[in-house]
Amino acid sequence: MIPYIIRRILIGIPVLWGVTVINFVIINLAPGSPADLYLTPTSTPNQVAMMRHQLGLDQPIWVRYVKWLGQLVHGDLGYSLQNRIPVTQLLGERILPTLTLMGASLVVAYAVAIPFGIFVARRRNTAADYGVVGLSFLGISVPHFFLGLVMIYVFAVKLGWFPTGNIMTLGGPGGLVDRVEHLVLPTLVLATAISANMVRYVRSSMIDVLGADYIRTARAKGLGDIMITNKHALRNALTPIVTVIGVDLSVLLGGAIVTEQIFQWQGIGLLTIQAIQGRDYSVLMGINLIAALGVFVANLLTDIAYGVVDPRVKYS
Amino acid sequence: MTAAKIENATADDRRPLLEVVDLRLHYPIKRGVISRTVGHVKAVDGVSFSVYPGETLGIVGESGCGKSSAGRSIIRLETPTSGSVIFDGDDISRAGERSLRRVRSELQMVFQDPYASLNPQLRIGDLLAEPLIAHHKCSRAEAKQRVREILTTVGLNDQYVNRYPHELSGGQRQRVGIARALMLEPKLIVCDEPVSALDVSIQAQVLNLLKDLQEDFGLTYIFISHGLGAIKYISDRIAVMYLGKIMELAPTTEIFNRPSHPYTELLLDAYPEPNPRLRDRERMVIEGDVPSPADPPSGCVFHTRCPYAQEKCRIEVPQLESIDAADSGRGEVACHFPLDKPSRRSFAAPEPVPAGRHSASATASGEGA
Amino acid sequence: MTATAAPGDAGINAAPDTVDTTRPAGRAESALRRVVRRYLKHRMAVVGLVVFVLLILMAIFAPLIAPMSPYKIFPEYDAAPGAGHILGTDSTGRDVLSRLIYASRVSLTVGVGAVLVYVIIGVTLGLLAGYYGRWVDQIVMRITDMFMSFPYFMLILVLVSVIGPSLLNITAVIGFMAWPPVARLVRGQVLTIKESDYVRAGVSLGYQAPRILFRHILPNTLSPIVVNATFGVAQAIILESGLSFLGLGVRPPAASWGNMLTQAQSITVLADQWWMWVPPGLMILIAVLAINFVGDGLRDALEARQG
Repeated sequence: MIPYIIRRILIGIPVLWGVTVINFVIINLAPGSPADLYLTPTSTPNQVAMMRHQLGLDQPIWVRYVKWLGQLVHGDLGYSLQNRIPVTQLLGERILPTLTLMGASLVVAYAVAIPFGIFVARRRNTAADYGVVGLSFLGISVPHFFLGLVMIYVFAVKLGWFPTGNIMTLGGPGGLVDRVEHLVLPTLVLATAISANMVRYVRSSMIDVLGADYIRTARAKGLGDIMITNKHALRNALTPIVTVIGVDLSVLLGGAIVTEQIFQWQGIGLLTIQAIQGRDYSVLMGINLIAALGVFVANLLTDIAYGVVDPRVKYS
Repeated sequence: MTAAKIENATADDRRPLLEVVDLRLHYPIKRGVISRTVGHVKAVDGVSFSVYPGETLGIVGESGCGKSSAGRSIIRLETPTSGSVIFDGDDISRAGERSLRRVRSELQMVFQDPYASLNPQLRIGDLLAEPLIAHHKCSRAEAKQRVREILTTVGLNDQYVNRYPHELSGGQRQRVGIARALMLEPKLIVCDEPVSALDVSIQAQVLNLLKDLQEDFGLTYIFISHGLGAIKYISDRIAVMYLGKIMELAPTTEIFNRPSHPYTELLLDAYPEPNPRLRDRERMVIEGDVPSPADPPSGCVFHTRCPYAQEKCRIEVPQLESIDAADSGRGEVACHFPLDKPSRRSFAAPEPVPAGRHSASATASGEGA
Repeated sequence: MTATAAPGDAGINAAPDTVDTTRPAGRAESALRRVVRRYLKHRMAVVGLVVFVLLILMAIFAPLIAPMSPYKIFPEYDAAPGAGHILGTDSTGRDVLSRLIYASRVSLTVGVGAVLVYVIIGVTLGLLAGYYGRWVDQIVMRITDMFMSFPYFMLILVLVSVIGPSLLNITAVIGFMAWPPVARLVRGQVLTIKESDYVRAGVSLGYQAPRILFRHILPNTLSPIVVNATFGVAQAIILESGLSFLGLGVRPPAASWGNMLTQAQSITVLADQWWMWVPPGLMILIAVLAINFVGDGLRDALEARQG
């Protein structure tokens, strides 16, 4: 297993390097130049050239790339033009709310999806089964922003149970209760799509396993349903589920961007939108790199977890 | 086929259609961080034989002995690791795709699984016409005509042109597989377990079809099988393979009546006795498992399971040599201590092949029309 | 070869050409008809297909169906639904119903267009990687890994903002970003099919690579691609509406269900003017739901092995 992990990381290095190239090229395709932010329509061509020189923009793209990569290796992601602080510091501030939101959503999603999936797998083609499958279709089909708006309308505007947005009451004392109240709606929005997807995986995977010969053998031995489900079926059904967890991260991040925008949740997603609007490219590059690293690590962990759950998987 | 033909086929003055010399096919085993090669699976390990025009060479052995790998190397579905495959005077073991394409119309294959070897998306007519069209042998209209002819030849009829493979039975599909191999008018056909996937009753029909086609078109076969029955029925000579090597190569009657290699003897013993009165006889059981072809035993690869193994067998690799220097018709064996006694089983009484032809076209009407 | 059959050597010589009875060879239904029959059994898939067809008709005949121009600005803005405007007007004074109908054009164009782009890219790369293997495979798969390492939506956001939001641009961007799963899918299929005997037969018959690829391998990978593409249309519609909602997609005055929802970010609209945001939201939901059901039905109908 250790050689496998080392190999994966070695393969990952060129991949991550490619990510930096793609990232840098895309950002440099942008029509607007960061120099524009410092300039006014009345600036003379001389001043423009000065500014470009100061920012290193007059150098060829590969020189700038090498310079940027050099800084990157030292953990320097550059400077946010909009917020006037280093990108690393900015990301540090914003990453925790996003991780909180995503973590809470995952926990809620699995807490809902796994029991429901197992439940309906054992009651195939009943009303409960059709209900859950139907709901899951609704869940994967509804866009985050529409669901978010509906939730705000119902639970914040009409019922007044939860706040409409932000991570805590502005100017308020904060505190755990206040923060949890703010967390509930965005978590539900984000968890909906994940659990809708998940419940179908759990269900079909459980159905496959329950139909397998070794389950029938267990039944023939006279084992009870609970014993069969928990001891024999669940572990085998979990294997495909693990892959879904890994795949989810990229989707989760996409969902988080929209959700954070709707709820004005001050995390990485909202920062992305702000950086796009403000043409704050060093921030965008930083976000992309962190996210790519996150996806890479998540995929690696998934593959390792796969082997832990399923002893048949050989690392080679 | 007559006994005279066997003598002809084995006579040294005839020029072989196919000559395989020291053929090896090794698959690397990769492991570790940078997937370095830690060893090789020696699927085929130094196999040599010749096939003469018009004969059928059977290759028999347990699964995993390398017989199919050998067949696939000969028609170049795999590129051999070393050795040469001389077909009609040309060494094709290293030939590039372009020159191979020319050879391939003369060197065809019939596959084991008739369910897997036909593209499910194409109708039978298109499957059969395709070789002609791909090789620009004739126009589409002529191809259509040829397809109808060949369908009759293999005992189907032209109704089948518009059918899809999944609408056919296993036996019918295998007939289509054989028909496809015939489209390019090959000289040699490698039959890789062509009847193993079929019901026993259908096996006989397909074997008879192959025999009839051989007579009609002067075909040469390499017939690969793990079943002794089919091999015995169709082969003029038989090569017995074990762990990538040929143990014994001799005319069919010799193999069955006077096996020279202990492994051949064991294979014959494992072959079920159809006559219950003869069942109560002394019987040898093969002990132990087949060793891994990644790590074959030293010396004679069979020594770990051979009841007659001696010290020499552990050390020295036996070469495939004439059984009887005075009588080249007896074949060759790779054994330090070849057996010299009649088979414990009575294979002696020859049963004549049923008179007349096993008319292939007669089948068509019967077979699920 | 006379003397080899032992007495009672059952099966081989003994059985003359008997009838192969394993399967009646009656004129079986065609593969297509079987797929249609299986699909029709799936009730929600049929409903989904009907809705999807209606949406397409709506998009094509939008000028005939819409009561007025989607761009015309009426003096009465923020008007509640009533006799003049069935679904009211938006905050600029445009007819909501007409915009809703016209917006279906945007969603379907992006949905279908983006999927076409990415299926073509993904299938080509997947075929190349799977068939040629070795370094071609290595390069294609590493590029695929790179694209898959990026959080998909974030990269699309950045790209669209860089090249500028427009219908064509978002179609292209979604198309150029979404191919990796298809490439992987096709590659996997090709790897399996390449080992099949019917491809081996093609090689041994001396067929050239293009014939083997396009006539023998590609048609046999189509089922999962079709299913993937169907779900892909739904995904692209969600993506487009999300981008437009964020102001990075189709921009007003052009109408898109997503950009119509943008107005609901104002709490007044959200709380008191439901007609501006609930209808476009429902339209997205209905369209995506319908297509997802179609995809589900296709999967059931296509992926059962044809026997």
